[in-house]
Amino acid sequence: MIFRRLWEHDLAWSFRRSPVTIVATGLTLICVGAALLAPWVSPQDPFDMAALNLSDAFTPPAWDEKGVGRYPLGTDNQGRDILSTIMHGARISLGVGLAAVLFALVLGVSLGLLAGYLGGRVDAIIMRIADVQLSFPAILIALLIDGVARVALPGDRHDELAIPVLVLAIGFAGWVQYARTVRGSTMVEKSKEYVQAARVIGRRPLAIMLSHVLPNVVGPVLVIATIHIATAVITEATLSFLGVGVPATRPSLGTLIRVGNEFLYSGEWWITLFPGIALVVLVLSVNLLGDWLRDALNPKLR
Amino acid sequence: MRLLAAILALIMAPAYAVTLRWAAQNDILTMDPHSQNHATTHAIMQYAYEGLTRYSKDYQIEPCLATSWDKVSETQYRFHLRKGVKFHDGSPFTADDVVFSFGRIRQPQGTNQIYVAGIKEIKKIDDYTVDLLLEGPHPLLLKNIVDFRIMSKPWSEKNRSQSIQDYSKKEETFASRNTNGTGPYIIKGWEPDKRIVMTVNKEWWGKLDGNITDVVYTPIKSDATRVSALLSGEVDLVTDLPTQDVERLRKESALKILDGHEVRTIFIGLDQHNDELKYANVKGKNPFKDLRVRKALNMAVDREAIRKVTMRGLSIPAGIMIAPGVHGHSKDIDLVPRFDPAAAKKLLAEAGYPDGFEFTLDCPNNRYVNDEKICQALVSMWARAGLRVKLNAMQFATYIPKLLNFDTSAYMLGWGVPTFDGLYTLQSLVHTKTKGADGSFNQGRVSDPKLDELIDQLKVETDTKKRDALLKQGLEITRDQAYYVPLHHQMRPWAMKKGVTIVYSLDDRPQARFATVK
Repeated sequence: MIFRRLWEHDLAWSFRRSPVTIVATGLTLICVGAALLAPWVSPQDPFDMAALNLSDAFTPPAWDEKGVGRYPLGTDNQGRDILSTIMHGARISLGVGLAAVLFALVLGVSLGLLAGYLGGRVDAIIMRIADVQLSFPAILIALLIDGVARVALPGDRHDELAIPVLVLAIGFAGWVQYARTVRGSTMVEKSKEYVQAARVIGRRPLAIMLSHVLPNVVGPVLVIATIHIATAVITEATLSFLGVGVPATRPSLGTLIRVGNEFLYSGEWWITLFPGIALVVLVLSVNLLGDWLRDALNPKLR
Repeated sequence: MRLLAAILALIMAPAYAVTLRWAAQNDILTMDPHSQNHATTHAIMQYAYEGLTRYSKDYQIEPCLATSWDKVSETQYRFHLRKGVKFHDGSPFTADDVVFSFGRIRQPQGTNQIYVAGIKEIKKIDDYTVDLLLEGPHPLLLKNIVDFRIMSKPWSEKNRSQSIQDYSKKEETFASRNTNGTGPYIIKGWEPDKRIVMTVNKEWWGKLDGNITDVVYTPIKSDATRVSALLSGEVDLVTDLPTQDVERLRKESALKILDGHEVRTIFIGLDQHNDELKYANVKGKNPFKDLRVRKALNMAVDREAIRKVTMRGLSIPAGIMIAPGVHGHSKDIDLVPRFDPAAAKKLLAEAGYPDGFEFTLDCPNNRYVNDEKICQALVSMWARAGLRVKLNAMQFATYIPKLLNFDTSAYMLGWGVPTFDGLYTLQSLVHTKTKGADGSFNQGRVSDPKLDELIDQLKVETDTKKRDALLKQGLEITRDQAYYVPLHHQMRPWAMKKGVTIVYSLDDRPQARFATVK
């Protein structure tokens, strides 16, 4: 039985032994599920302008005496249900995060493979670029790319292009760690006999890189990617909080926190607090999962 | 005798410096007093530069650099200039400076020509007398020239600043970085986006109505930071208060709030010129040319909800284009359109849009109180009448050129009235667009020959009764034809420390000469 084999796999075994990981997985599943199913399960469609009513704005959470059952976590300054905006916001945050990680992963792994396998000048150039980039904080790079894109793109298309630009910006800011890891392992693998053998029988370098080296170096990459998802979500939230991320009409978690922040002083704490909690829970549980995966896959810790 | 005078001066002069630290949202654009017709720039420039007339505390015209004036005829005023006035660099103020400043403010690269509109020529009679020759009768002359500021001719010539800087080309001149006026305060320095430091002009001809010897103006963009600066005691006075914080600040025992409304009306303008509406899904026609559509837009807006929720009570819902305090405003014509989305929908159907249509609303996001939030609210209110509106919010600096190029189908704008007379609004917003002051901000290109005629008549009508009737009629036609969608008149409370006393000004320009700090 496949389930039985899965259950007894050593990953599953270490999973079962870690209650923190089980809780983290549960929370991640809830977050991802809520984000994925938002259009169907959220109580209100926050993007349907005709459904919003300004006179419902600033309703406190349901347990407050002024709260209404219709809006369990209250409403924001436009009368949007906070719970629904969080679900839709998480959808955008996660989407941007995943896409950015995928982009960084593909870019970083390719460059790392090239650098490690070809060595010499190619290696020197790619790794020096990586070194230079590492000396800047990732958020600065993302801000830079975002800023340049904003100037270069025509003004009336900013809003539609905001998400692709964000994905590129966060992706470019994060490729270095993949490239470094892959380059290191590639250099180790390159000198092993099976690669030598492949070379001797005349396989082309690209084929060797992809079909022989790559499968042996991706293990650590998956761990990095898991943790990177959390970082990417945070970077997206930071950019949106600074007002350069996704537009306010299609808010991500960071945008929601920024909008709510304006009303913190005047007592409407729920507008910023609940998206903030959602962000913390999402990032924390993904991080815990990543940590567990790292430890579980580390032979030295077994 | 001299010694005695010196001793007296010592006794009478304030023994220590009193500083007013004032923070608001925006920085000035330039220090050239003739360059940019921009509220914050005028607010600061009036400390250093003066005009021939000025407003008193209760907004009456009083003599400033001119001590008196006679009306020689309908088209000729004789102004007698104040003697013994010195510019900050010590040079005397004479008729030459007035003539020079008139020529300078009219240069096309500036945006302040409106303040000398209707004046054909200023002629020097002698060193302390000038004649203003008008193009026609000009009942508002004395109010209109308040913001016409006088520069020193020798100083401008010496520093090669006879021309206004070309702001659109980012040109800098000596006069855009230095000041030399006759005003009560001398600008010591301007660090853009950081601070402006001013100190009292000891040689000023007038008398301060307060005790402020130094003024530090700090532009603080972020609402929360600006309020925190007041709470922490870093500044004494804050204007541009975020509406959501006013209630909380009222409860602070160390602070006080000075309530008041600005003479500024916030409205939505509509393209009524193009035959096909831009950025919309209607092909081959422009729905905004249809009165029923414009009426529907007006009726679908719940101004009371905007006042209560978005503005936290700090606005007066508007039915006409001028605010209380502007001559021509009265409660019985400022009738707010009834909020009725169902009726709006019906009107749209009658006009041939039973399923509504789609258009784009352009909106600034850093100019007016809660501008972007109001636009967001409008989008959802219009959605309930069946209109699908795309919101395009942007910084004022990119917004204004877009508007000036007519690259918009619906836009938000606020119109303040520095002359405190409704003609200013009708002339700039409703009169058919021309190259001059007529229709200067009529960016939807409203054009109604009947109104044009009425406004032209209004400009020259000197009989107060007839004039008031014309003004009322003009405002009513604008309202009934729904040429604009007026939203509200802004209220702009100021917050300050308990020890600060200042006079609220309807143009939202605090004047240190009216302030005391204990």
